[in-house]
Amino acid sequence: MVARGGRRIIDGLSFAVQSGEALLLTGRNGAGKTTLIRALAGYLSPLSGTIRIDGFDDEREPREACHYVGHLDANKASLTVLENLRFWQSYLGGEGSGTMAEECLWAALERFGLDPLAEIPAGYLSAGQKRRLGLARLLVARRPVWLLDEPTVSLDAQSTALLAKIIDTHVADGGLVVAATHLPLGLGDARELRLGDGVNQGGAQ
Amino acid sequence: MSGFLTLLKRDLLLAVREGGALGTALGFYLIVVTLMPLGLGPDLNLLTRIAPGVLWVALLLAALLSLPRLFEADHDDGSLDVLALGGLPLELMAASKALAHWLSTGIPLALMAPVLGILLNLEARAYPLVIATMLAGTPAISFLGSIGAALTLKTRRGGLLLALLVLPFYVPTLIFGISAISAALLAPDGFLASFLILTAISLVAMVLGPVAAAAALRQHMH
Amino acid sequence: MKPMSTDAQTTPQSLTQRLANPTRFMELSGVILPWLSALAAGIILYGLYLTFFVAPPDYQQGETVKIMFIHVPSAWLGMMGYAMIAISSFGLLVFRHPLADVSAKAAAPIGAAFTLLALITGSLWGKPMWGTYWVWDARLTSVLILFFLYLGLMALRSSLDDEALAAKQTAVLGLAGVVILPIIKFSVDWWNTLHQPASVVKMGGPAIHPSILYPLIINAVGFSILFLALHMKGMRNEVLRRRVKALRMAEVEQAARGREASTAASG
Repeated sequence: MVARGGRRIIDGLSFAVQSGEALLLTGRNGAGKTTLIRALAGYLSPLSGTIRIDGFDDEREPREACHYVGHLDANKASLTVLENLRFWQSYLGGEGSGTMAEECLWAALERFGLDPLAEIPAGYLSAGQKRRLGLARLLVARRPVWLLDEPTVSLDAQSTALLAKIIDTHVADGGLVVAATHLPLGLGDARELRLGDGVNQGGAQ
Repeated sequence: MSGFLTLLKRDLLLAVREGGALGTALGFYLIVVTLMPLGLGPDLNLLTRIAPGVLWVALLLAALLSLPRLFEADHDDGSLDVLALGGLPLELMAASKALAHWLSTGIPLALMAPVLGILLNLEARAYPLVIATMLAGTPAISFLGSIGAALTLKTRRGGLLLALLVLPFYVPTLIFGISAISAALLAPDGFLASFLILTAISLVAMVLGPVAAAAALRQHMH
Repeated sequence: MKPMSTDAQTTPQSLTQRLANPTRFMELSGVILPWLSALAAGIILYGLYLTFFVAPPDYQQGETVKIMFIHVPSAWLGMMGYAMIAISSFGLLVFRHPLADVSAKAAAPIGAAFTLLALITGSLWGKPMWGTYWVWDARLTSVLILFFLYLGLMALRSSLDDEALAAKQTAVLGLAGVVILPIIKFSVDWWNTLHQPASVVKMGGPAIHPSILYPLIINAVGFSILFLALHMKGMRNEVLRRRVKALRMAEVEQAARGREASTAASG
């Protein structure tokens, strides 16, 4: 059970996601998608019940297994695209160092079509470009669990398709994705968990 | 530890790039110090006597002005959420940001003080004392201030509230900073006792500040 | 079977366990509060009678010494109020005690009021004694800062819309204040000796004549019971306010559901 601002938002929900699986959270506004994603990321602690990540290195905190992309892109307007991404790579513990890390960085920029903009301060980017920069974070530090909250906001059709492909690749590599969305992402293979009105009962698995 | 330095480097880079925060604080410092002689009259003896106190109080006010942005910028653009997912404990994250604040605001303000001392007819032998006490005392201002900055995140009237909250916490620093200066001016060997306590307060603040600020930030993520 | 089960049911819970439950607290405090209030009123009336009609005027201070009978207990309770907040904050953050925040919230305005009373009576006493309403004496300054801490706690709470968040943030500040209070006290004492050591006014405990000490103690006991009664009343009000809020939220939710059902039926 998760409560936020004194309101019980999610109750009696139980589900499990396997590695190599994508789970889409759907449901109308206010159904608790964002709350659930934030609880999974460890920002909210559930009033009752547990959230567990099995098979992750015990010496590290569970939060270090997770990538979180929320409504805000976490970019600094006065840093360039490259500096923004390099900071997150280093802070979130992207593996490899020196040239390997640089290569990984440029590969991520290329993948999201941001390489021509590398030296531009992020403040000049369009909303869609900022979003892609926020998502590029997923590729520079290898973390198994991706928690995405409305990742397609302000992305055009082409970028959405690209994101779907990147998620599919991550899942095929044995990663795990939980994405809250009100639009179909066009993923190859994904389960759907529909959150109901205010208080939810039951769930998948 | 690499996360700590990475974050520190980024915050210092941002302080340099955005620049405005320090400029505003320095400008405010200048204005407050300028207003004092206008309010008190241009009696040079009086100004000499109160100069260290005026410099210290004005420095506190100028530092207060820059504190609300300490966590706010990262909170507003979503960075705080992602920062919380790093390998770095939230306490060290808060410590890194407070340290960046001290380096980018505390030290420049302390170094500005002797320049403003000229306006207040500060006596020559007080210059090194003012700089020394301010360099030793300003860490407490940044680290204790980080508690207030974390508590007032997302509140209405954040800046004003912040001033009210951290004011009591600044009292010991102010008192020992001033008493170190006045003791040294009376008798050269009176300086060390107050100065050591001033330093001790800064060290306590470096531990207490990040712990309390992290506790407050944790509540905000909810 | 029977003795076993009744035994389990009637085993008295510990005091804290019983008080942890807001419903039990309301029942218990509802019984105690009238008696406590009456006791406070009785003792304070007796104390005031002693103050004004029995205690002799001081040979130096004259009748102004009688301000002390209000001033000293107020200052004491101003500090006790903060101790109450600190303990409650600890209880909230560490044990998540359901009544801890209610207690902290109720104690703040009462403690602040007693602190303010101590400051006002102190300065009224200072005018004839020291020739001025305010002196930057160590004692006065540290009590003034305690008053600022109270203001900060109340301002922080009122500026956060989310009550659960406000409770925890106030508790963080309350606990940080505990760490800093002795340092403030210590620094202010130190600062005062440098500037004006002569103006420290002390009342050495055993040096006071019994004719003054006795009414002072009566008043202190009366004020303390008054504090407890006010605190209990404040906690009761807060529990009731939260119940009203919960009922209102439930009503709003029900209305929303009703509307949804009717639109579903018509559509």
